[in-house]
Order: sequence, then C-alpha cells, then structure tokens
Amino acid sequence: MSVETTVEAPKATKKEALFSKKNRRALFDPLDDNNPITVQVLGICSALAVTVQVKPAMIMAVGLTFVAAFSSLIIALIRDSIPGRIRMIVQLIIVALLVTLVDQVLKAYMFDVSKKLSVFVGLIITNCIVMGRLEAFAMAQKPWPAFLDGIGNGLGYGIILVVVAVFREVFGAGTLLGFKVIPQWFYDHGYVNNGLMVLPPAALFLIGIYIWWQRSRNTKLVNVS
Amino acid sequence: MEHYLNMFIKAIFVENVVFAFFLGMCSFLAVSKKVKTAFGLGLAVIFVMVLTTPLNYLILEYMLKPGALSWISPSLADVDLTFLAFILFISTIAGAVQLVEMVVEKFTPALYNALGIFLPLITVNCSILGASLFMQEREYSFAETAVFSVGSGIGFFLAIVLLAAIRERLRYSKIPEPLQGLGIAMIITGLMGMAFLSFSGIQL
Repeated sequence: MSVETTVEAPKATKKEALFSKKNRRALFDPLDDNNPITVQVLGICSALAVTVQVKPAMIMAVGLTFVAAFSSLIIALIRDSIPGRIRMIVQLIIVALLVTLVDQVLKAYMFDVSKKLSVFVGLIITNCIVMGRLEAFAMAQKPWPAFLDGIGNGLGYGIILVVVAVFREVFGAGTLLGFKVIPQWFYDHGYVNNGLMVLPPAALFLIGIYIWWQRSRNTKLVNVS
Repeated sequence: MEHYLNMFIKAIFVENVVFAFFLGMCSFLAVSKKVKTAFGLGLAVIFVMVLTTPLNYLILEYMLKPGALSWISPSLADVDLTFLAFILFISTIAGAVQLVEMVVEKFTPALYNALGIFLPLITVNCSILGASLFMQEREYSFAETAVFSVGSGIGFFLAIVLLAAIRERLRYSKIPEPLQGLGIAMIITGLMGMAFLSFSGIQL
C-alpha cells in the first residue's frame, strides 16, 4: 500500500512547487514555533518514558517520524472516502498497521534494540502526535503537505526527546550514548549521580524549563496555552 | 473482599495512572485549565475505561489466548493470537469513544465544544490502552479487572481535577511570563508526581 501511495504523492501537487512557502512551513514550523510537545501539548507520555537514555530516544524519534509521515500521507489520500463517524477507527487501524511494520522491521534487523524498545514501539499507536496531526492537518490537506507535516512533527518531537535525554543521561548516569562522559576524577572527589534525573518527574521539570527558555526567546508563543 | 478494596485504593493513589506511570499526559495537561472541563473529561475517561477494560478482558480471554478458541472447535486449541492484542484493544477503545462522542454531542453540546479535539483524543489517551495492557500483563481475573478499571479511572479523574484546581489558583500568582501556562503546569505536575511517590508502599 505505502509503495503505491508514495509514487502517487508528488503527482497530486504537480501544479504547486514541491517546496512552496506553504509546504516549507508545514515541514519546518513544527521544529520550533509549532513544536508538537512544547506548543501543541501532544505526545508527552512517551517523551517522559523513553528519555532516560539517548539511544532509545533517538530510535523512538525515528520510528515516530516514519509512522507520522506515512499515516498522514495515507489518510490524506483517502480522506474523502472516510465516513466522518468512523474516521477514528480507520485512522487507528492505519496507524496500528504502520506500527506493526516498524516493530517487525526492528525485530528483523535490530533485534537487541527492538527488545529494549518493545513496549515503547507499541505505544506509538497511542502517541497523540500521530492522531492529533491526522485529525488537525491530514484530514483537510493534500497528500504532499500532509506528508511533510508528518515528517516535521516527528522531527520536532525528536529534538525535544534528544535534548531531554541528553540531560537525563549525563546527569543521571554520567554517560552519553553509553560512553562515560563525567570523568572518574569527579567521582573520586565526592561527585554523585543525580538520582532524581532517573525518575519520571525530572523529564517534566526539564520539559518545563525548555518551554520557559523557548518562550522567553520567542515571545509570540507566550500565552499560547 | 479486602483484596479488592486494597486493589481499588492502590489503583487510585499508590499506582495512580498519571503520577506513577505518566500515562494520559497530553489530555491531562491540555484540558486542565478549568475545573469544569477537567471534571467533564475525567468523567468521560472513567466511563470509557470502565467500559473498555473488561471488554478487552473478554476479548483476550475468549479470542486471543492460546487455547481460547477451543470453544469453537478443539482443533483451534493451540492457536495463539495474542500478537493481535494491540489492534483489537485499540479498536474496542476507538469504538467506545465514538459512542461517547455521539452521546455527548447530542445531550451536552456545551461540554462537546469545550472538550474540542480532546474528546476524539481520549482514544489515544494512553491511560486507557495502558489499563488494558496492564490487565493483560498482570493477568487479572474478571472481577479484578473491573475493580482495577474503576480505580484507574477515578485516579485519572482525581489527578486532572486536582491539577485544574491548582491552575485556577495560579492565575492570581505572579509567574514569569514565558513560564505561564504549559511551562508551570509541567513543573507542577512533576512536583505532584513526587508527592504521590510518597504513597508508595501503603497497604490496607
């Protein structure tokens, strides 16, 4: 299914430039000004759960970007033939299908990573970013902008995840991507890893502080929500 | 009886879906600006959770588990369909939410408008799928599942109403401008989570 649809996508918008201003906005806005986590308040559950270490956070971001992009694309292609009353079920089935695909690919080619992530990959189904963007954007847009919007939101989610995970891994465990970054010398002189960073509340504090920083830099976001 | 009461209390306080597992955060943060809408969403979540978790239990028990299909014909006894659990659980939940959406739209349009996009998003409220998955993982019996789903629903309700009450009070406090709204809500949720950590270990 997805093979056919990717071929069709550019054809539908031939009249419009592939990266027109509107399309660029769909792709880049979610990275900062319209970030799914800090501005749209979507997808926070998994941001708290997978950010204890950097590596799972990165793989989770890639998986989510894939699912968000292709589910947006497929929904945008068939949006006119979905009856309004059962749209959520149709959306969820497509999302669940793509998540199963990601899960199977991870199992086949990266078994050790998949073992670490198994629960989180399943949780992409209930990640509000995917559903939220389908409801808010893909249901009313052409396939190509919807696809870009999916990629943009996945990347915006990934940025926050990696930033939070870097802080939590460095200060909580003294490592980065599994390598030791805080020198032994520190520990010898009484430095102790911050136990709070490993607990879920730390992710909330870090995202809260990130929002504070983002909004003090970009004042038009103040009072958005 | 005491066992069930204990489970009920545990699901509300000790293992609160929001503060202990951080499930359902999206709607938790976005719909907690006013106590009234938070109240409505909390009730909707209790309703959907109580409806779907026992239903998913029946699906798991009589359709998916190895040997569950033997009531159709003995030759199906060793079919294991548990890999379909995700898709079937989420379909049940989506169906139930659609039902709730239609009922709310018809009878209380004001609440329907206030909840906006977050009503369809109950479907992807992780706490509801989470409850079904915990039920599967912990191998509850039917009665335990029912008690657990009521407790979890009330736990979410309690959490969202508490946060909404705090945020209503916050309107009168002087918070740095960029931190207002979502930023301070995140930090408060973190503090509430730490407070709820102190319930751990309590047993009736």
